[in-house]
Amino acid sequence: MNRYTWRTFVLEAVMVLVGVVFFLPVYVLINLALKKPDDQSSPLAPVTSITLQNFSDAWGQANLGQALLTSAFVTVFSVAIIVAISALAAYPLARVTKRWSRWLFFVFMIGLLLPFQLALIPLYTTIRDLGLLGNPVSLVLYYAGLQVPFSVFLYTGFIRAVPLDYEEAASIDGAGPMRSFFSVIFPLVRPITGTVVILNVLHVWNDFLTPLLYLSGSSQQTVPVALFSFVSQYVSQWNLVFAGLVITIAPILIAYFAMQKTIIKGFASGLKG
Amino acid sequence: MSSADSQSLAVAEAAAPVPLARPRGARISARIGAVPWWFVLPALAFYVFVVLWPSIEGAGFAFTNWDGLSATKDFVGFAQFQRLLTDPAGVGAVVHTLLIALSITIVQNLVGLLLALGVHTKIKSRNVLRVALFTPAVITPVATGYLWKYLMTPDGAINQILGFFGLTALQHDWLGDANIALWSIVATVVWQFAGYSMVIFLAGLQGVPEDVLEASRLDGAGPFRRFWYVVRPELAPAITINLMLSIIGGLKLFDQVWVMTSGGPGTSTDTMSTLIYKNAFQFGDFSYGIAMALVLAVFVAILSSAQYKLLGRQGGSK
Repeated sequence: MNRYTWRTFVLEAVMVLVGVVFFLPVYVLINLALKKPDDQSSPLAPVTSITLQNFSDAWGQANLGQALLTSAFVTVFSVAIIVAISALAAYPLARVTKRWSRWLFFVFMIGLLLPFQLALIPLYTTIRDLGLLGNPVSLVLYYAGLQVPFSVFLYTGFIRAVPLDYEEAASIDGAGPMRSFFSVIFPLVRPITGTVVILNVLHVWNDFLTPLLYLSGSSQQTVPVALFSFVSQYVSQWNLVFAGLVITIAPILIAYFAMQKTIIKGFASGLKG
Repeated sequence: MSSADSQSLAVAEAAAPVPLARPRGARISARIGAVPWWFVLPALAFYVFVVLWPSIEGAGFAFTNWDGLSATKDFVGFAQFQRLLTDPAGVGAVVHTLLIALSITIVQNLVGLLLALGVHTKIKSRNVLRVALFTPAVITPVATGYLWKYLMTPDGAINQILGFFGLTALQHDWLGDANIALWSIVATVVWQFAGYSMVIFLAGLQGVPEDVLEASRLDGAGPFRRFWYVVRPELAPAITINLMLSIIGGLKLFDQVWVMTSGGPGTSTDTMSTLIYKNAFQFGDFSYGIAMALVLAVFVAILSSAQYKLLGRQGGSK
């Protein structure tokens, strides 16, 4: 298996074909966004005369600048809060072996099983009563709570695997538990922080139903909702629609391609079980 | 092996449902001092406010006739659940949701596993392929929904390709035909998340010992026996995580369905999520929507604990 044989070559050919088929929809998406609306050629045919008109039209008509800002605000603050509170909570859950710690971990894990639909409506009424409907802060609040169980799960597993020696050395040097957490544990678990950040950024940025509910009717929309209302308006103008799609997935795609090694590795390292 | 890899292997063990009671408990605090319990408070506060309390509240509302707005609500016992059983749209949604979850779980993981096995070889394009195949997983599901809605229109790219190869018999109105619309949505989701499963399987494959593989090859074990006896045990934790993620994702599916068909044609692709949304926010029927959510919760709990039990043993025997 260490040499490149003809079998490897056949496998390579098959896999490349599969890869092309998988990537084809993404190609159609970008290809169509670059075509003029009156271009009648097949969506598979490469664009002959490139236009950027669709992009500027979509940008203006879908109010995408504002949506990107709102999405960025919600994503940055939610993920920062999720990382801070989950890592902090995981420390005693991983290190304290008393009964309350085990029970609390179990209580957090119940959250992994509860479907969000159950809490959806009661929480909606609470947010409404607090007067936060239409305010992106409601989303930050929501994601910070929703994503705690999974993030706590990842952090707790990771911290349990960190040898006590480092903290012991720190405590001999006179560091209290606070100091130990911030200067020893948190830097040590950086790989899992990467996983937590990636998974949560993807979830928060891409979520559709929650902002659809909480921000409906307000002028501030996140990207998926802005797309949704934009497409409902221009449903048959696919060139325009696809330009809108390209603009909104561009930040994620650029970040992904720029950091793909870190992302794929970070994504997998925490998740494989 | 880099330090990140060895640490992630450690996670794999730490996250397994193992020994909660460790005798060295007393020794931990002796060595590092008491870890403050109040560190859990901020996370607990957010969690209780957003997830735990509203879920309990929601479970309670399912037994009332609250419409979501009026001040009055009466206890109606199991009336909402009986309604669900006699409502063809409700029963349909339950069936569709289970079909979607089951088929996505099977197909997505099978495709993901095959892709992982294909990429985890000596082929030169493996790094490019890994990136390309994972790309759909980072795209907003609303966007992939619209993309595939377009590809699946009667004169869209898929039918054009089929026509090009002379396969006109296979051309369909993918989303307009009530018999296949559900499977078209499943295909879209599988396309998007097969790379997601692949990456998790790939991480598991890193742990497969090359020398054991080589030895079993020399002993005359074919590719299937090698996979079953050498590779599969190493993959057990990855399989558990993958199945769990796809079951939960499938049972909750909303975005793609809402964007591609809104539950149509008719009610042929309504899932529990779309029906809950319609009942609660379009028809003002809060309690009925919540009763459905409660049924969905029970499904999620049963299915995920069943597969956890089923595969937990394998993972443990690793």
